[in-house]
Amino acid sequence: MEASSRPGRFGAYGGRYVPETLVSALDELEQARLRIVPSEAFERELQHLLRSYAGRPTPLSFAERITADLGGAKIYLKREDLAHTGAHKINNVLGQALLARAMGKRRVIAETGAGQHGVATATACALLGLECEVYQGAEDVERQALNVFRMELLGARVRPVDSGSRTLKDAINEAMRDWVTNVRDTYYCIGSTMGPHPYPTLVRDFQRVIGDEARRQILEAEGRLPDVLVACVGGGSNAMGLFHPFVDDRSVRFVGCEAGGEGVESGRHGATMTAGVPGIFHGQRTLVLSDDDGQIFPAHSISAGLDYPGVGPEHAYYRDSGRARYVAVTDSEALDALGYLSRLEGIIPALETAHAIAHVRKLAPTLARDAIVLVNLSGRGDKDVIQVRELLAAGRREKH
Amino acid sequence: MGRLSECFRALRSKGERGLLPFVTAGDPDLELTEALVLSFAEAGADAIEIGVPFSDPIADGPTIQRSSQRALAAKTSLRRIVELVARVRPKVDLPLVLMGYANPFFAMGEERFAAIAAEVGVDGVICPDLPPEEGEVFYAALESRGVDPILLAAPTTSAERLEMLAKRTRGFLYYVALTGVTGARSAISSDLREGVARVRSVSDVPVCVGFGVSTPEQAREIASYADGIVVASAIIDRMERVEDRSEKVDVAAQFVSDLKGVLRRG
Repeated sequence: MEASSRPGRFGAYGGRYVPETLVSALDELEQARLRIVPSEAFERELQHLLRSYAGRPTPLSFAERITADLGGAKIYLKREDLAHTGAHKINNVLGQALLARAMGKRRVIAETGAGQHGVATATACALLGLECEVYQGAEDVERQALNVFRMELLGARVRPVDSGSRTLKDAINEAMRDWVTNVRDTYYCIGSTMGPHPYPTLVRDFQRVIGDEARRQILEAEGRLPDVLVACVGGGSNAMGLFHPFVDDRSVRFVGCEAGGEGVESGRHGATMTAGVPGIFHGQRTLVLSDDDGQIFPAHSISAGLDYPGVGPEHAYYRDSGRARYVAVTDSEALDALGYLSRLEGIIPALETAHAIAHVRKLAPTLARDAIVLVNLSGRGDKDVIQVRELLAAGRREKH
Repeated sequence: MGRLSECFRALRSKGERGLLPFVTAGDPDLELTEALVLSFAEAGADAIEIGVPFSDPIADGPTIQRSSQRALAAKTSLRRIVELVARVRPKVDLPLVLMGYANPFFAMGEERFAAIAAEVGVDGVICPDLPPEEGEVFYAALESRGVDPILLAAPTTSAERLEMLAKRTRGFLYYVALTGVTGARSAISSDLREGVARVRSVSDVPVCVGFGVSTPEQAREIASYADGIVVASAIIDRMERVEDRSEKVDVAAQFVSDLKGVLRRG
């Protein structure tokens, strides 16, 4: 539903706001996307890897106990946590790494926040024999030591970024600087449906496997489409991957859950849909957290993966057009939801994913018992358990 | 004819090359920026680039990143920068160019900024993350008010696109000397001469070279084929090495004067 004739535009959003040095590289990528990705050979190899390496299709699980506990709509979980490396990120990087190889690029760079996209990229590069460097904010390197070690085990080099707020946005800045410098032999593997055209479209198309499978699976299980799709949104790739194949099914409502942090009114959040303004950032026009002077201010979230002051341009367009609704979920709601799903379903979700679960806890009881809510369980929480233990311990100390 | 076009016409008729020093507005405060602009004019600069700091400068290396952070820490805003231009405009006659990322300009509003820029006497605007395809409205708004939209070309720019950029730019074409971010380099690319020649073969628009230019020797070499040279990080590096405010102005102005000396002898 691109509403504009210009490529890479989603209504008023998207585009290609980059230094001149990168224009030819983006043209090259766009041509490769149009020529290589639809080819039979590429499709065959990608499908093969998704099946035999990444573990697709991932199951759609009926969440019986939380459905009973919440007493409303039936809740289904799309189990991206069961994909290789523990999150949906692998779908996109397998596609992009194959594309990089087909384009003759031997070196792949990536940015990462929590480390999930970095781990996935390092994994795909190990599999395909590509050199891999991952930029990660120095603060995230400290917070996510385990994922740093995983990337190194996989043969990638992790480059801590000390500039700015030392988080995801600065990692993207530094990855872009690397790309500007090494553009001729380097492929930049962006981890979400964001950045300059064609990335938002490229990443969406590699992630739509989530929604394509979920559509088939729910039709098999229930004989009808779901009423509501729920997913967390940072840059927005797991949400877009789930939503997009349902975009013309007007009866299916979309809800994106963004980082409410300490509350939108506190100013410490990552709620670009709720509190953002249109701006130009990281190569795209989208909704951003920005002051009156156009300076981007750092986001805040309990989850490093949602700790981003922008959002994919297609989501911004979905918001404006009313196709999707976006809600802010706070840190503490997400933390509670992580424990809730763990205890009732035996699934420890990632903190990012827990934002979607937190919203389902509010939404499901308001719906009829024959309604169907399908949630993208975008990642597992193994990476977060140490942080969660510390947060829960700190919470208990506060109460006493 | 705008100040920039007039400036390069005069330089060409004298057989001289232009020097365009850069200063980040508000680093460490706007008072020092004003002193730098005035002293650069006196030291022989042909035009001055005033940098509008941005929180996320993706085309800049560590020097301009640090400089931008200092400026933002001092609460420098685009509004205060145009006020600075209004203050210095009556005191200097050379072209003043604002260089900054798109978002601060768009946050003020393209039309509104263009009107204010024209009113205070900004001669040109360089926006490193706004290629002409995305900047149509902004660039047209500037041009209609007599402010030159200055486009960039890079070593990776295709021949076809180079011709389009050379045609669309106003004042001069900013040729990026290397594939990379801003920052002083010990050597300039051997392909640079050929890159500038590519522009010459399709257009007679003045070409200024920037990114990485940091010594009088490099300036001399580039002057043998370009119309002008932009120097930024190398000036800021020198100012960072001294503490005292007036000393900062002195070392920067001395460097500008040394560079211009080379370009005069051309």
